[in-house]
Parts: sequence; structure tokens; C-alpha cells
Amino acid sequence: MSAALAFDGVCAAYGARPVLRAVSTAFARGAVTGIVGPNGAGKTTLLRVALGLMPMTAGALRILDRPLAQWSREGLARAIAYLPQGSDAHWPVLARQLVSLGRLPHRAAFAPLSVEDGQAVDAALIRCDALQFAQRRMDELSAGERARVLFARALATAAPILLADEPAAYLDPAHQLRLMDLLREEAARGTAVAVTLHDLALASRSCDEIVVLHEGRVAAGGAPGAALSDTALAEVFGIVAQRTADGAVVPSRRL
Amino acid sequence: MGGTVSIGQGKRRALFGRARIATLVLAAVLLASFALSFLLGPSPLSAAALFDGLFSGDGMAGVIAREIRLPRAGLALVVGAALGASGAALQGLFRNPLAEPGVTGVTSSAGLGAVLALYFGFAALSPFLLPAFAIGGALLSAGILYLLSRTGAGVRTMVLAGVALASFATALTALALSFARNPYAMSEMVRWMMGSLQDRTLEDLYFAAPLTAAGIVLLLTASRGLDALTLGDEAAQSLGVNVASVRGRIVVGVALATGAATAVAGAVSFVGLMVPHVLRPFYGYEPSRLILPSALGGAALVTTADIAVRLIAPDGQLLLGVVTAILGAPFFLVLILRLRRDA
Repeated sequence: MSAALAFDGVCAAYGARPVLRAVSTAFARGAVTGIVGPNGAGKTTLLRVALGLMPMTAGALRILDRPLAQWSREGLARAIAYLPQGSDAHWPVLARQLVSLGRLPHRAAFAPLSVEDGQAVDAALIRCDALQFAQRRMDELSAGERARVLFARALATAAPILLADEPAAYLDPAHQLRLMDLLREEAARGTAVAVTLHDLALASRSCDEIVVLHEGRVAAGGAPGAALSDTALAEVFGIVAQRTADGAVVPSRRL
Repeated sequence: MGGTVSIGQGKRRALFGRARIATLVLAAVLLASFALSFLLGPSPLSAAALFDGLFSGDGMAGVIAREIRLPRAGLALVVGAALGASGAALQGLFRNPLAEPGVTGVTSSAGLGAVLALYFGFAALSPFLLPAFAIGGALLSAGILYLLSRTGAGVRTMVLAGVALASFATALTALALSFARNPYAMSEMVRWMMGSLQDRTLEDLYFAAPLTAAGIVLLLTASRGLDALTLGDEAAQSLGVNVASVRGRIVVGVALATGAATAVAGAVSFVGLMVPHVLRPFYGYEPSRLILPSALGGAALVTTADIAVRLIAPDGQLLLGVVTAILGAPFFLVLILRLRRDA
């Protein structure tokens, strides 16, 4: 089966500064792909290009086997759910109202939430174990609870592709592990999940595939053990890592 | 699990119930204040005579009902609806409960446009030029604030920029009035800066009502986009919302409604600040749920304030904007202090 998202020689730039230099990679259906790399490697840009939030300067991008240019704004919104970095609610709306925003791509202008929309919202809240505070305001929830509600918003879209940018940042270890379990469950349903991560141990333990970005290029890729080889860790991150029995990569010291 | 769902939906129904009751109360207050506003005036006519005059148009009662009372009561409703809806929309756009047409300088700029049109002869060329100039003024300041917000300006910067815009527009209004060599320049200046509904005509109502309605409709078409902006710009875009179009519609809709309202009433402040804030506990925080109730609430507030103006000072020496500012300015202060505490 072909990949849900396929990058072929994709280049992108902020003004004159190139951020992605001929990136070729793919996110498979039913798998969690972890995108790792030092700060400024182009992780977020890779996701933004796929969402059409930032133009490509060269290369080709296929989403569900169709070139990006052929997607309408609404169609793309139904195909890809996106959880941006540092997501939060700007108004203290009720948690359920926030999750309902995930149904916007499925609703006609001025149409109320349909029964199907309501079921998708409830299902997303249940999967994120957030149904019990669905009627609470966002400012009454703890950071971990808010993160679960925001994640449920992305799940409520029921898109075949899910892109999450640094969802584990600012979460305590228990919530991080819970979040990675949710991503794995989502992939088990057939969704193509791609997630940018800074925590190499978390990435190597929870992802099926790893893409290592370095200065806008794909420095390594493949299964976690192979992608995060000693060579890649040394060249890209400038670190030495230990490997645990279950294959997790734990950074131990700077080179 | 089914039990949890039904509890959740029960609470949700409670919120909708609260919203429905609030809407009924607002509608009742508006209806009562509109009727009272229509019945209130210096000439001692009975309610029966006034209603008879309104529908027949005959005699003194007909002239007073149609030419004096109806425009005043109708304009209070239109101006209030325009300012209330604009306040709710601006707060949604800037994601900031302090945003409001008065505080952000939009009404002062609209007033400047109206003064330029009136005292430099443009309004005499065509009756459409008065609202056009006021809307142009409103568009200019709303546009400047919008561009500022695009550069990542925070809450404090936006409020201070609004204060600067308002002062500048007010000063230019005073300058324009002194150049106009109008013998009544002083009293006119005060009237434009504080706002009043005295001596308005039916023609004012004829242009203000459709322009305000058009502005509010434009705001409503963008309201779901405002909800999505609760998640931030990029998340809203990823949900298929055309964020630039939403912002453009809010800025133009606010300019239309506030410009038309200011062209007939001068700069009435704080209505758009108070009304959405008071209504949030009943309707929730989603911007789309607040726009229409804020129009209703603004209409009720301005109509009631205009009754108070006439009861307190029947000689017409008290201006509408004085009453809204006396209510609204302390409100503004409390809101700032509360935001400071929460931050």
C-alpha cells in the first residue's frame, strides 16, 4: 500500500533562508512516524508544508495519492488533522465545545452539529479519557487535562492523517506515555500518524518509523534502532546514547 | 458510560436553557424600553394618540410619532445593536475581552469621518457620503489595529494603540470643527465626541438600519471562523477556515455597523465592552454564540440609557455617551484589574 503522505524532493524557505532542502520521505498508514532532529532542523516546517500552510519552493507532495495542489481547503481539512505546537484555547470555552471545533471541516456553513458529529466528539473524548470533564471550562482544567482535550479535538476530525507538532512538550512523564499510547491506538485504526518529538527515548520506544532531520535534510530514516544509529546520533545531535534492552535510545552524554 | 454521556448532555441543556431565558429577558427589556422610549417626550400626548398618529400619520400626533419619537427610539435600537455586535466580534477577533469599538478608537475615527463629511459640504452633495465617510473612518482605524495585531502585538499594546487612535481622531475632529467656522462648533464637538440621539430624523434611521444590518450579517458569516480562531491561527487554517477572509469580514462588518451608528449618534463608547462581558455567563465563551445576543443586549442597553438621559435632564443637556461612559469606564477598569490578576 502506498504511503498516506509522500514527500519527494520537497524544498521550502523562510525568505532567502532555506529550511527544507530536497526532503524525500513518507508517512505510512497504520504507523506512527516520529520526526526528530535538533532545533531548527525543519521538523515543524515539514508539517506546515504538508498542510499547505507554507509553500514549497520545489519538489512534489502527494497526500492520499493526490498532489497537494489538487486538494481544496475543505478537502485537505478532512484529510489531515493537525495539532500545532503549544496548542491552547484562547477563550475558556467548554471542553466539549472545543472538541466540537474538530468537526468544522465536516459541517456546512451555519449547519448545527449533526448526530454523527456529536458521536465523533464523544468518541474522541472517550478515547482521550476526557469525557468526565467535557462540560468543564478549559481554564478549570490542569495542563495535562487540557492537552487531552486539545488532542481529542484533533481526533474528532476523524481524518486519515494525523500530524502532531511537539505534543509531548510540557507534559509530565505519565502524560507523555499516555499521549504516545493514544498515538499508537490511532495508528492501529489505520491512521497515518506523524509526530515531531525532542525526547529520543520516547521516540525510539513508541514510533514504528523515525525520520531524522538535520539542517533541512533527511539524515537518516527507518526503524528506530537503525535510524538512531550511533553515527546519526553523533553527527546530527552530537551525543552518545545508551540502548536499553527494549531498544530505547537514552542520551547519555555530549560529544 | 451511557450514564456519563447523559449527565454531560444534561448540563449542556442547562446552559442552553440559561441562554434561552437570557434571550427572553433581553427581548422583553428591549420591547419595554423601545415602547417607553417612543412614549417619552416633552409633548404631553397620550399613548393612544401617539400610536394612532404612528399608523395614520395624521395631525400633530402623526408628525411627532413619525418624525421625532420613532427615529429616536429606532436609532437607539440600531446604534445599540451595531455597537453590541461589533464589540462581541472585535473581542473574538482579538481574543481579548477589552476590545470594543470605543476603546479601540473605531467610533472616534468614524466620528471624524462624519464631521469631515458634514462640515466640509460632502454630505450636502449626496446623503450617502455621510455614512460613507464615517464607515471609511471606522475602516481605517479597525484596519490599523488589525495590522498591529498581525505583527504579534499583545493585549496591552492593542489597548494603548486604541487609546492613541481615539485621542488622535478626537483631536482631528476638534480641529476640523474649528476650521469649519461653525457658530455652534463647541456644542457640536461635544455632541460628536460623547454621542447623542437628539434631533435625529427618519432619514437617519433609513440609512443607519440597513447598513447596520448588513454589517451584523457579515459578522455572522465570519462567526464560525472566530470560534475556530480559539485554537490559534494555524489550527484554524488546518480546519479549513480561511483566516484572512474571516478577519477581513470582521473588520469590514464592524466598520459598516459602527460607522453607520456613529454617523447618526456620534461616538458612544463602552457599549460593546459591557454587553458581551455581561452575557458570557449565559451564552458561554464561543464568539459565534455571543454576536446576536450582544446585538440584542446592546439595543436594550442604549435604548434604556437614552430613556435615562431624557428622564435625568429633560432639557437635553445630558448626552447619551455620558451615561454609557459613566457605566462603562469603571467596568473597563475592573476588567483590566481582573486580567492583571489572572495573568
